[in-house]
Amino acid sequence: MILADVLTAVLLPAGAVFSVLGALGMARFPDLLTRLHAATKPQTIGLLLVLVGAAAQMESVADVTPLVLVGIFQLMTSPVIAQTVGATAYRAGEVHPAFLVIDESDERG
Amino acid sequence: MNAVYALTLALLSAAGLLTMARLVRGPTALDRILALDVLSVLLVSGVAVHAATQGTAANAASLVVIALLGFVGTVTAARLAGERGRRE
Repeated sequence: MILADVLTAVLLPAGAVFSVLGALGMARFPDLLTRLHAATKPQTIGLLLVLVGAAAQMESVADVTPLVLVGIFQLMTSPVIAQTVGATAYRAGEVHPAFLVIDESDERG
Repeated sequence: MNAVYALTLALLSAAGLLTMARLVRGPTALDRILALDVLSVLLVSGVAVHAATQGTAANAASLVVIALLGFVGTVTAARLAGERGRRE
């Protein structure tokens, strides 16, 4: 039980710190694509750490299952969200060309 | 352990406030949709912390439902925003 408590005490605040850093990026980054980075990667890591930290406190294996499910689900969905939002923004012309190093979606080549 | 939970929830609340700042400021609809998606992820984290305080996953249903609705809602809203952008 002690080991589980240490795991939780480390992982829960660590995950929350990742979430705060991601949210800080959401608030501070200059354009949509950089905010997309802050919205997906740190948030996913933060959620996974919190889920593992919470799983350490569960009393039975059956209680861990939904946490694992949510973790896998987050790993599957956050790239889809990033792709959808990014592609929509690009098509709508909301991506500033000056912020792009390489523009492989440009049809003019 | 209570201090750990309080610290975690406080940090998650701070993250929620920062995200809400982006939600208010925009400037585009896609920025706001993205901010709402981050809020749903933070909400899932908060519910997971609550599950940790209880020691059981009694609120597992809300955990999965919030995660699902966050994903479906974000993708739908993003596509809808794209459609509207093309028509104008």
